[in-house]
Amino acid sequence: MLDFPFWKKLMLWGITLAAVIAALPSLVSSAGYDWPDALPDPMVNLGLDLAGGSHLLLEGRAEDVRAQQLENMEETVRRVMRNADPRIRIGDVSTRDGQLSFMLSDPSDIDRARSLLEPEIMGDGLTRLWDLEVVDGQRMVLSPTTSGIEERLNDAMESATDVVRRRIDALGTREPTIIRQGDTRIVVQVPGLEDPEALKSLLGQTAKLEFKLVDKDALPSNVQAGIAPPGSQIVPYAPGTDFAGQFEAVERLGGIRGDSLTNAQAGVDPQTNENVVDITFDAQGGARFAKLSTENVGERFAIILDGEVISAPYFRERILGGRAQISGNFTAESANQLAISLNSGALPLELTVIEERTVGPDLGADSIRRGMIAMLIGSLAVIALMIATYGRFGVYATIALVFNVAMLLGIMAILNTTLTLPGIAGFVLTVGAAVDANVLINERIREERKRGRKVVTAVETGYKEASRAIYDANITNFISAVLLGLFGSGPIRGFAVVLILGLFTSVFTALPLTRMWVAGWLRKNRPADITI
Amino acid sequence: MKLLKLVPADTNIRFLKWRVPFFVTSLLLIAASWALVFVNGLNFGVDFAGGQEVRLTFEEQATAPIPELRELVGGLGYGEPVVQEFGQPNQVSIRVPLPEEVEATPGAATEIGNSVIAAIGEEYPDARTDGNDTVSGKVAGEFRQDAIIALLAAMVAVALYIWIRFEWQFGAGALFALFHDVSLTLGLFALFQLEFSLQIIAAILAIIGYSLNDTIVVFDRIRENLKKYRKMQLPELLDLSINETLARTVMTSLTLLVALLPLLLFGPASLFGLVAAITFGLFVGTYSSVYLASPILIWLGVTSNSFVPQETEADRQERIARGEA
Repeated sequence: MLDFPFWKKLMLWGITLAAVIAALPSLVSSAGYDWPDALPDPMVNLGLDLAGGSHLLLEGRAEDVRAQQLENMEETVRRVMRNADPRIRIGDVSTRDGQLSFMLSDPSDIDRARSLLEPEIMGDGLTRLWDLEVVDGQRMVLSPTTSGIEERLNDAMESATDVVRRRIDALGTREPTIIRQGDTRIVVQVPGLEDPEALKSLLGQTAKLEFKLVDKDALPSNVQAGIAPPGSQIVPYAPGTDFAGQFEAVERLGGIRGDSLTNAQAGVDPQTNENVVDITFDAQGGARFAKLSTENVGERFAIILDGEVISAPYFRERILGGRAQISGNFTAESANQLAISLNSGALPLELTVIEERTVGPDLGADSIRRGMIAMLIGSLAVIALMIATYGRFGVYATIALVFNVAMLLGIMAILNTTLTLPGIAGFVLTVGAAVDANVLINERIREERKRGRKVVTAVETGYKEASRAIYDANITNFISAVLLGLFGSGPIRGFAVVLILGLFTSVFTALPLTRMWVAGWLRKNRPADITI
Repeated sequence: MKLLKLVPADTNIRFLKWRVPFFVTSLLLIAASWALVFVNGLNFGVDFAGGQEVRLTFEEQATAPIPELRELVGGLGYGEPVVQEFGQPNQVSIRVPLPEEVEATPGAATEIGNSVIAAIGEEYPDARTDGNDTVSGKVAGEFRQDAIIALLAAMVAVALYIWIRFEWQFGAGALFALFHDVSLTLGLFALFQLEFSLQIIAAILAIIGYSLNDTIVVFDRIRENLKKYRKMQLPELLDLSINETLARTVMTSLTLLVALLPLLLFGPASLFGLVAAITFGLFVGTYSSVYLASPILIWLGVTSNSFVPQETEADRQERIARGEA
């Protein structure tokens, strides 16, 4: 018991001091002072519930990806069949039930059609993206494979995450966290509460921009009734535009997509004084736009954003140079948002906010202050009780308690973990567990003394016998804390992390550390009796 | 210096004398708790019900206009909102659960959130939004499922550990005590219709941890005494073990209580539910380890022979050295 080899003392003090020093930067900066830049600065992160900020959980709509995939395949099939030599005529194209099916006008083309489509239905690797089936000798049915859908969804979510990152960066918020989670989710955390609404509307906008020709042969009465002429589709006007509530029939295929944009900028049209967005196409998009406008001077084309028409002007002249202007009853703010969205690229799928947690910075600061005051009062009361009950041994327990809290903070800083509001409760429970360990030891020493053991033997037995219960209790607590961390979500995980780390620091400070101090004192003074 | 002794040095309280009435009472309380949970239901917060919770501070009014707010938000057509004071008199929390029929609609919760905040902002320009939680039906459903899995997994896992470290009877006793603590906490929340959120799951897991802590300390002493006093009757031995650890039980409960009370009284309002649940658990957890976990050992037939291997040579030497023949 009294024998503590030098290396062991060195190790215990080494670990303790290292952890305590690691806590310093967090303590200094929370007290309002700057930590010198030259020194390493491990920091405890404050969770959004303490620091203020927004947490958003976004979910992508997998159906969007499938619909897009189907549409792209339809265009591919039409292109391949048209470019075949001689041309393969097809008809009765349908995209119902998530499948693409079409008839070959001449059944003898079937082998040729199959060999032309074969390279198109394979992905980059060896995964087959589509299954090709021939029904009744002349109908071809293409259905996406499971691995094909998964691959596309994964690609879409990857690029959606990039788009989200670019949009949030454009807002100029500091240190946002954007993490993909699971198959279809993205977590966005933005410290500080600038304007969660702007953030949400920015992310809720797919920003899929399309320019499509208006079907000039469509009957207005049919269009308003929702009946699309063959080869066209009915698109509603966006709310807030002059024609809100009305519809437009546009040619389903062809047109130009916004992904060939190189730049978008909000501006004001000097002639009409309207808020507009000026866009610039890349070389290819510019050429296509020039061709479309040349062939259709005097015709109307619809500017469609996220499936809604924002305006449908005429091609008054050929638009060369690859520059165009979008107008549509914008405010300065909404024009700016559209510009940001267009610049960051369209989201490959629609994202819905499925969880949002926002905490104002004032409340966060108030929570920390109240939490700190409560912890301070609680700690003082615990210390008073410990010293009054166990005397010198209570003092050791108290010092161990202080080291425990400092070490916990230091380890959290080294691991760069996040302290949340429930995490503060985790601190309190950790203090409770550490106190319990010391109570167990001290009560046991009391008992052993009462049974007439000599001081050193009583202390030694006390530590030995109490350790068993302490380890068992902490291991079971560890089990439940790990499960809490695995299944818990959001801020609850913060509670679990503090609890788990706290179990280690409280066992460390309560057992070997106090034992070293007690041993040192006993060796030096050799008391015949102890007050405990 | 005279030291404080909360518990006299030699207590000999016959805890287990009343074990049957206590046990029956506990069973009744467990049944009542579950009846309350099923009849009253738990007052699920937005974490589990989905919907919208917003916390506001009225910067230019001493007290928040609660009835007016109730009417204003109720008039938006999302059902009856829960409006209550939150911390200071000029701070409120407004909760609008997701109607069941739109639970599966993505974005429905966000829509409710936007319109609630917009309506309040229009009527009360001095209302500062301190916090805002919006949870969709899908996520809320996942939270509910995860919470149930976490609770069951924690209870089973720790019972297994105790079974391995002690004996199966001890594992069963601990599991029953935990079931009691969890049931009564749920019953309390159902009775007073306190908001049941993710934080409360954290609290219940903390209660499980604490109650187990207590149970293990008593069990550990029982095991020790079973080896030491092989001839002693079990009820007597359990009483002895509980009495021997009583000082520790009281001291630990008291220190944890003095740590929790300031948090309950002066801590942030958003932690109140969590801390209140843990405080309640402190009492039921202490009770259950004394009155439920231990008597079960009698009925499940724990004997001094339960701990094979029996006395080792070292034990025997030690026993002789102590002068116990």
